[in-house]
Amino acid sequence: MNRANAGFFWLPLSVLLAVLLGLLPLPDAVAPLRPYFLGLVLVYWLLETPDRVGMGAAFVIGLIGDLTFGTLIGEHALRLTILAFIVQRFRARLRFFPLWQQSLAVFALLMNDRVIAAIVRMVLGEGAPRWTYWLSPLLALPLWPWLVVLFDTLRMRARERRP
Amino acid sequence: MAYSGSSTPRYGDNSGGTLRLLVYVALAIALMVSDHRGGVLTRIRQGATIAVEPVWWLASLPARFIAFSESAFSNQTRLHHENVDLQQQLLLARARVQRLQSLAQENENLRELLGGTRGYRLAVQLAGVLDIDLDPVQQRIVLDVGSSQGVHVNQVVIDAGGVLGQVIAVTPTRATALLITDPDAAVPVQAARSGLRLIVYGTGRSDQLTVPNIPQSGDIKVGDELITSGIGGRFPAGFPVGRVTALSPDASHAFVAASVTPAARLDRSGSVLLVWDLPDDGTPTGPPAPGDLPTRRAAAALALRASASRAHAATPVAPAPAQSQLQQPRQPQQPAGSHR
Repeated sequence: MNRANAGFFWLPLSVLLAVLLGLLPLPDAVAPLRPYFLGLVLVYWLLETPDRVGMGAAFVIGLIGDLTFGTLIGEHALRLTILAFIVQRFRARLRFFPLWQQSLAVFALLMNDRVIAAIVRMVLGEGAPRWTYWLSPLLALPLWPWLVVLFDTLRMRARERRP
Repeated sequence: MAYSGSSTPRYGDNSGGTLRLLVYVALAIALMVSDHRGGVLTRIRQGATIAVEPVWWLASLPARFIAFSESAFSNQTRLHHENVDLQQQLLLARARVQRLQSLAQENENLRELLGGTRGYRLAVQLAGVLDIDLDPVQQRIVLDVGSSQGVHVNQVVIDAGGVLGQVIAVTPTRATALLITDPDAAVPVQAARSGLRLIVYGTGRSDQLTVPNIPQSGDIKVGDELITSGIGGRFPAGFPVGRVTALSPDASHAFVAASVTPAARLDRSGSVLLVWDLPDDGTPTGPPAPGDLPTRRAAAALALRASASRAHAATPVAPAPAQSQLQQPRQPQQPAGSHR
């Protein structure tokens, strides 16, 4: 019961934060480096609470992303569903990786996600992206361990505080 | 070891997972196609965007706070200098507007003499840009005005430099504009010097536009100013769009491709102006429907403007509309002398 409540509270909050971080204005020089926060947060929840967060949740979070980022409805949903599928398939292994190895795996996942997004864009006739487009997963690499530690600590605290 | 133990029962899950993945992927693709075509889903999306607006507002808060604290804590001398500077600019702009008004009056008279071609009166409205980054590949901005302020789809957005883009979606309190640098955007233009009519496309980069297919015989040079031609009826004529920076033969060597630097500041911040077409003296003429404007008529209007601007070739023209009511057409900064 406790866990259920805690999970219920943290998931929407983290999604909201990820969306806000995605919208935050950045200077043009740094903007391409912005990691795909929505994807990162989703991977965390897929690994931690697989019984609650699956492809359906990924799809819904994707739709939220589509609405806020002004992309075609279904684009983020498609990307996140595929991300969720891969994470679910390798969850057993990913879960027991040391953090640095997990970061590498997350990097590969986000790179794959970028490829999918690029394919969608090319099908829509927007042409091949610039080279800076591929830089974003690089920043996710050092960011992942911190995100895991931060979320783990926050959830642990919340659980302890409850009687 | 733990993995090998759990892999066998997981296998069943995975095949089910593949099926679910396929269902979701099909659903997502169906949604994308239907949204791309623009139908019911696009309307639903506009409704749903209202729910997203608080998030946009939240995300723009930090930038707004920084801007506020900058103005709150900037020192007195700097403000004083800025004030003096702005007053001088205002004085210059006023002087230019005075001359422009007599020009516009003359233009109006000439149009009446010609008959048939109606002049546009333009009104503009100031709008703030909500400081958030939407999808970086698509070049879009969110404005803090919406349909409750009378903003409607297809309205043109300009700034002090020139054309910025066009409104593509409105909700009661927000409007989304497609910048001319978006890969989907195309603007009918003409070279101010030679009158050569072209179409400028966005490239997805905020500092570059492109004209992919200029005939080899076309009269265009590096440094040529491109202004909107008004053909097609979506963009009012006479606004600067950009300047040609490089010319190169395209892949087939049958055409010339030009790269163009946009005239507007496209760094997605500050304020912009929304342009309204106003009918002349209450005549019931709305903005022309797309493709409604006959080409011959537009050409006549262009010729007129060319002659008018030649007569006042020495007049420097304010780059920005400095008052809320200005008369169309604005003069190109380069006199378009050769076109008749």
